[in-house]
Amino acid sequence: MRASTVKNPAAEAPKPESNYLNNGHTIASWLLTKDHKRIAILYLISVTIFFAVGSFLAGLIRAELILPRGVMLENETYNKIFTLHGVVMIFFFLIPSIPATLGNFLIPMMIGAKDLAFPRLNLLSWYLYIIAGLIAIVAIAMGGVDTGWTFYAPYASMYSNSQVSLTIGAAFLAGFSSIFTGINFIVTIHKMRAPGMTWFRLPLYVWGHYSTSIIIILGTPVVAITLLMLLAERTLHLGFFSPELGGDPVLFQHLFWFYSHPAVYIMILPGMGVISEIITCFSRRRIFGYEFVAFSSLAIAGLGFLVWGHHLYVSGQSMYQGMVFSIITFLVAIPSAVKVFNWSTTIFKGSVRLQTPMAYALGFMGLFLVGGLTGLYLSSMATDIHLTDTYFVVAHFHFVMVGGAVMAMLGGVHFWWPKMTGKMYNEHLGKLSAAITFVGFNLTFLPQFAMGYLGMPRRYHYYYLWPDFQIYHILSTAGAFVLAIGYAMPAFYLLWSLKHGKDAGPNPWGAKGLEWTTPSPPPTENFTTIPIVTEEAYNYDPELAEREETLADMLEHDYSPEGAGN
Amino acid sequence: MSTTMANSDHGHADGVFHQYENIDQQNESYIVGMWTFLVTEVMFFGPLFFTYILYRWQYQEYFWRTHQLLDIKLGGINTMILLASSFSMAMGVHYAQKKDTKRQLGMMGFTVLCGAAFLAIKLALEWAPKFQHHMIPGPQFTWPPHDGYDQSILALLHDVPRGAAEMYFSIYFGITGLHGIHVVVGMLCIAIIMFMKVRKFPQVESYIPTEMVGLYWHFVDLVWIFLYPLFYLMPR
Repeated sequence: MRASTVKNPAAEAPKPESNYLNNGHTIASWLLTKDHKRIAILYLISVTIFFAVGSFLAGLIRAELILPRGVMLENETYNKIFTLHGVVMIFFFLIPSIPATLGNFLIPMMIGAKDLAFPRLNLLSWYLYIIAGLIAIVAIAMGGVDTGWTFYAPYASMYSNSQVSLTIGAAFLAGFSSIFTGINFIVTIHKMRAPGMTWFRLPLYVWGHYSTSIIIILGTPVVAITLLMLLAERTLHLGFFSPELGGDPVLFQHLFWFYSHPAVYIMILPGMGVISEIITCFSRRRIFGYEFVAFSSLAIAGLGFLVWGHHLYVSGQSMYQGMVFSIITFLVAIPSAVKVFNWSTTIFKGSVRLQTPMAYALGFMGLFLVGGLTGLYLSSMATDIHLTDTYFVVAHFHFVMVGGAVMAMLGGVHFWWPKMTGKMYNEHLGKLSAAITFVGFNLTFLPQFAMGYLGMPRRYHYYYLWPDFQIYHILSTAGAFVLAIGYAMPAFYLLWSLKHGKDAGPNPWGAKGLEWTTPSPPPTENFTTIPIVTEEAYNYDPELAEREETLADMLEHDYSPEGAGN
Repeated sequence: MSTTMANSDHGHADGVFHQYENIDQQNESYIVGMWTFLVTEVMFFGPLFFTYILYRWQYQEYFWRTHQLLDIKLGGINTMILLASSFSMAMGVHYAQKKDTKRQLGMMGFTVLCGAAFLAIKLALEWAPKFQHHMIPGPQFTWPPHDGYDQSILALLHDVPRGAAEMYFSIYFGITGLHGIHVVVGMLCIAIIMFMKVRKFPQVESYIPTEMVGLYWHFVDLVWIFLYPLFYLMPR
């Protein structure tokens, strides 16, 4: 395919195998590519940049809160910074992170397809995302936005005089980027599977993305039109939400959370898929209860649409409404727990190798467990009324979204890095960064549970009326800087591995799955011949795994599967 | 649905893109993709309908009276026009299946004309007078209206609060405006397919792309089929 780039006779003489990375070197060959793997790399780079921006803003917030009267920021500046932190992290990092990078890269390869169903649409998604990001940056340059990432009406629509319109435009475009990705995934998973790849042979990662795509196509249009309505109210004075125009602001909250609660599952479900892959591979064990894990993804997606009202317990909605939402919210814990129990059982029965991706996966399980269990305090109306808008909530959603989604993202990047680049990174540094991240994370957010319970409100940039909170804030800020080290390390050793890393070979982890049957990095068309699938996913042989392990111990050197295989 | 260049390096001679095994897989992907997209469109319009439901329930009496200001005849004519366009679009797909390009283009052209007529009536005969009478929500909004309507209607309106009336027109302009944008997009998509057909692009060899655009057009029509009773017929 792509005669224009392949037909390059001046290529270096001892040309190695053609793969997606060396197939065309010009900038245009990257910016106009329709190859899902290259688009994934484009996303990976841009998502990482946004993550850095969002983390920097988080650092400012943490630094500000060291002193009870604040350190450096004005009230208004502080509002703008936490708003931008939220907008950047949610719309430009967490939502696209795993689907658009790892999902784009892996879904076609995992199901044995040459590409996604609509490559042009895929490229368009990336451009929409980039344009949205640029608009957001323009909005920052023009003074930022102070509404909080939730854009609650009527403040956002009638009173705030910051750059709300531009920011809403950015979120709207980013939403469309995600809708197109979702459509692409659904069509690809339905129609592009290789012969023999039945639904119940799909890797759980693909199930996770399928469920995510369902949420995206059902939820994202709702927030898109809601933001558009807000924009119309702000610019054209079409009344929808503002009481001044005869409207009801609670309507905005309903419509907003109808998307934004399921959006939490957009962030976490792909991460759960990643964890399922990593845990089976490094436990050398077929996952326990495949169907349960697959259907729990769909169950989370389905239930996720019925629980938005738990964000409105204190909005003045009726008590009975609150009770119903509370009960349904508790139900979400069941499929989430199913996953955790199945992973635990898989590890329990497996022969575990603690390599970098596995270290991240275990970190994910620990943090997600805390994040999930504290969710129960918030889904229960009685405790929620005490905890609403305190740091307890902040800690809870950071545990789920940062502890969960970001750990999974990092685990996934470490797991598939050899596949994406063909290079191995430094294993010791990898494990070290996973450990630092885990420690830093807990140090940052565990104190926030405590001070939230004691009454520290979120979104305040001072607490001089109760300086006792200071010790928690100092611990939290210290943790944030440890966390920053943990997050920064992979950027260095992964980039270093590009030049100096050992060649990975097609399957460095000895993993199952179609993506490991093709060379690393994969050729542009993914597979030389379309594979035919004859076995179920995760057909690991536990006995063989144990023999391999014994052999490795006997040889007394770093275990490496391809060494043992040869 | 995607527009492509004739010399596209991806397109095989038979119009099958490189990522597909054969034309059947490609066509089935288009169909699943289009229906998925239509699901997102339903969800996109959903909140506006929901908003309408909420406020109609809240301001039932006032909404009912404000309804009278819309012209049932113009709405009816527009409904007829869109129904005709849906029929001609369906015929266009039929002729595409029969490989009768001339008739297919004729039918699709008629569909585009219907879309244009719909927009013309909407903008010139419905929206423009409302702009003149300051019925567009915002600081200029004048309530109750002074003239341009007969006395029986004006008598009904005199005690409708400004907020309720403004809300009614907000939803009216919001939802018919969004629908109007969809009509424009639909016309553009049909025109693109017609252009590709005239220039004999291999990608529109199969009738499926035409059918996909047709599905979109039927969706746009269907939204109007809901809007007409909600906004025009309800008070009668």
